[in-house]
Amino acid sequence: MTNDALPKQPTYYEEVERKGYSRRDFVKFASMMTAFIGLEQSAIGQVIKALETQPRLPVIWMHFQECTCCSESFIRSSHPIVADILLDKISLDYSETLMAASGTQAEAALKNTMEKYKGKYILCVEGSVPLGADGVYCMIGGKTSLQILEEVSEGAAAIIAWGSCASNGCVQSAKPNPTQATPIHKIIKNKPIIKVPGCPPIGEVMAGVIVHYLTFGRIPELDKVGRPKAFYSKRVHDTCYRRPFFDAGLYVESFDDENAKKGYCLYKVGCKGPSTYNACGVMKWNGGTSFPIQSGHPCIGCSEENYWDNGRLYERGSAFAGFGIEADADTVGKVALVATGAAIAGHAIATNIGKSKLIRGHQAEGRESEHELES
Amino acid sequence: MSKRIVVDPVTRIEGHLRIEADIENGKIKDAYSSGTMVRLLEEILRGRDPKDAWAFVGRVCGVCTSIHSLTSVRCVEDALDITIPPNAELVRNIMFCSQYIHDHVVHFYHLHAMDWVDVVNALKADPKKTSELAQSISKWPKSSPGYFSDIQTRIKKFVDSGQLGIFSNGYWGHPAYKLPAEVNLIGLAHYLEALEWQKEIVKVHAIFGGKNPHPNYLVGGMACAIGIDDVSGINAERLAFVGQLLKDGKDFVEQVYIPDLMAIASFYKDWGAIGGGLGNYLVYGDLPTKGYRDISSYKFPPGAILNKDISKVYDVDLKKDDEVQEFITHSWYEYKEGNDKGLHPWKGESKVKYSGPKPPFEHLNTNEKYSYLKTPRWKGNAMEVGPLARVLVGYARGREDFKAVVDKALTDLNVPVTALFSTLGRTAARGLESVLTAQWGLDFFDQLLANIKNGDTRMAEMSKFDPSTWPKTALGVGHTEAPRGALAHWINIENEKIANYQLVVPTTWNASPRDNKGQMSAYEASLIDTPVADETQPLEIIRTIHSFDPCMACSVHLYDEDGKTISRISVLGD
Repeated sequence: MTNDALPKQPTYYEEVERKGYSRRDFVKFASMMTAFIGLEQSAIGQVIKALETQPRLPVIWMHFQECTCCSESFIRSSHPIVADILLDKISLDYSETLMAASGTQAEAALKNTMEKYKGKYILCVEGSVPLGADGVYCMIGGKTSLQILEEVSEGAAAIIAWGSCASNGCVQSAKPNPTQATPIHKIIKNKPIIKVPGCPPIGEVMAGVIVHYLTFGRIPELDKVGRPKAFYSKRVHDTCYRRPFFDAGLYVESFDDENAKKGYCLYKVGCKGPSTYNACGVMKWNGGTSFPIQSGHPCIGCSEENYWDNGRLYERGSAFAGFGIEADADTVGKVALVATGAAIAGHAIATNIGKSKLIRGHQAEGRESEHELES
Repeated sequence: MSKRIVVDPVTRIEGHLRIEADIENGKIKDAYSSGTMVRLLEEILRGRDPKDAWAFVGRVCGVCTSIHSLTSVRCVEDALDITIPPNAELVRNIMFCSQYIHDHVVHFYHLHAMDWVDVVNALKADPKKTSELAQSISKWPKSSPGYFSDIQTRIKKFVDSGQLGIFSNGYWGHPAYKLPAEVNLIGLAHYLEALEWQKEIVKVHAIFGGKNPHPNYLVGGMACAIGIDDVSGINAERLAFVGQLLKDGKDFVEQVYIPDLMAIASFYKDWGAIGGGLGNYLVYGDLPTKGYRDISSYKFPPGAILNKDISKVYDVDLKKDDEVQEFITHSWYEYKEGNDKGLHPWKGESKVKYSGPKPPFEHLNTNEKYSYLKTPRWKGNAMEVGPLARVLVGYARGREDFKAVVDKALTDLNVPVTALFSTLGRTAARGLESVLTAQWGLDFFDQLLANIKNGDTRMAEMSKFDPSTWPKTALGVGHTEAPRGALAHWINIENEKIANYQLVVPTTWNASPRDNKGQMSAYEASLIDTPVADETQPLEIIRTIHSFDPCMACSVHLYDEDGKTISRISVLGD
């Protein structure tokens, strides 16, 4: 059975109708979306028309030099759940991990979508592309990943670079990068590319990027390096629930010590939270269950470029560039007097001093109220 | 005359696998398995801190996530003679068990089921009859006629949309599909349910390891300190969460996975005589109950079986020079001492040299080198690793828990023990060991609670964390049983740094090309004589290949002996 043999696809309107919403609900939704997208209210008609006639978003998902952790993370999404994404929101027409067809039938499905939805499909890429040895370090169906990427990106409306492999090269691009593993944006220059770094990215972040596109009809706003601002504009350090311990100079000195049992800051055992932009501290992992720091292990900075070469896992500070303030956590956290050569130190130190006092204040208050209760 | 067919990409696997097969008179006469992607992680590891290795090699695979990290920390702990606290062993075991049931359920429903379940045919099922059938095989509550009718309606709308998505161009209607429509509908309904369920059980990894995929490990133990009086530590709430997840996981395995597996298997008993392959099985063993070094305490006992003879189980020694060796006769590498020599991983050398046809190409030259996988051998024998090997070794070692689940399955299906040596046997073994690991996970959890109650809250042994305490040189090996089979890492530490790191991985055992003597490995051997009804549709081929649960990213790894970036290659043949 091929796609061509079947009748036309349901539109958003039909989907909404099937789920039991009225025409009135639908128009209300459309007008809300019109406002979201920033159009004049007179454009409602156009939005309604688009939703009524738009098929499920065709998606092609390629795997190159990767470990499939991104696909695995994607299916962990708790909202929306992946079954709803696959059945109601997108049409995942090519995915080597999930598709029923193999070999020529798989290639035919790919070709069909590339032709039928030229200029309209979203290309998701999981993995880097090896440029060494003329590309022979990754081949599918007798072609190199470079040849395939160039062909498939041609008709894509936009590209999502899933994970650190596709957005910055990840582990295989660590020194000496023997296969010349290369992220997507260094190869494809003429398409909008959304980088969603992390090893892997959080499942709900991946679903969130797709849902953003479907809900608002455009790609999310990106920061200067191409990551969605919604998920990558804050440092893990700034959203970490253990941050007050950093500010107060209370650290885990060694794993499993008394301070570890009390959940103190992991900075001194190597935490890369101060130089890592990701949503882990806010959204957490696996449906909000936990995140690395909560489970007692330092952040390894997996969403940052070159994180494999930014110093050892359990060493703190000086190895990562541009964050002089964190080069000496003792100084900053405990004494907060000197942080030499720190470009962005001024504000942060002031904040830390302020908070350190504040926390000492809270601790004192706490002791007082305990005292009152006891007496 | 035989005809060469190519299946590339093989989908519903991890990574990039290519199968070329010669078909004659409706059967496979010869087969070649090729891994077509390489990342050279071992070279990247050289010169780095051994304590960091787990994070790098964890990224070998995100499907069998955690398992390379576990092997890596064990490998370093072996080299540095570190004994981890009992609680850390238990936490690692609990994570191992949850990984198994996650991986096996996802494999069964999302990577393998569509080889047996005809999704489109499920639309013809009678929801009422489906409900009766479902209730006759399981007490799983989601089984009403309305439930199945809703699923059917949803899928019908989906199919009618013309956008078939992941079901596009499937082999629907192929004569090798044998299930009644009602069983197809149950399979499809549980495909969707399992997709929703699988995100739950991995929360065990998030609690102890911070996230999944790729949870965090630690040389010396685990980083998740026990702090029963702190909101940050492993406290009563966190433990109760883990206990609930393990219990729910066991329910899903027992009430959904196993009944479906048995129902589907009962219509495909002919596959109990297809796809047997080598008949040699290798297990390193895992799940220690008295410490990792006491292999006699393992829940999964180690051992090797040759020629399907389960009356004899051989011991395996990963440190002996002449037991595990890797060959490159048909692999795109070079050895200093020539093409036909086998090397123990501690002496492992490998220099990549692609000599296949220049892409784009139609066929590989399978008489020469044809894969990025090396070819591991145990005492010169080609060995199958994985769930079937583990179940057979447990059974052959006379372990009561293995005998109970195996004998029950054989009785229920009314098939002889020889039916295990097959594609169906491999698929069934994965389910049977899921039953075992689901229970063991709960047992380990109870022990962890008892330990903490008794006042033992140690989670990491940190006395040798500082490299200044290490010997100048050290050799280590760490092993586990990955969901896909026996896995080991070998490390050579010099001056506080990694001098050599080698991985011999389950899919390398199974999917590798022929060796120096021309012996096939497990994939190739198991495809011989497989019937192919329609040579334009490789359904039977992917059935057997999927029964191994391929993981290609795991299987390909090497380092360049000279430590140089390889920027040019010579292209031979065409």
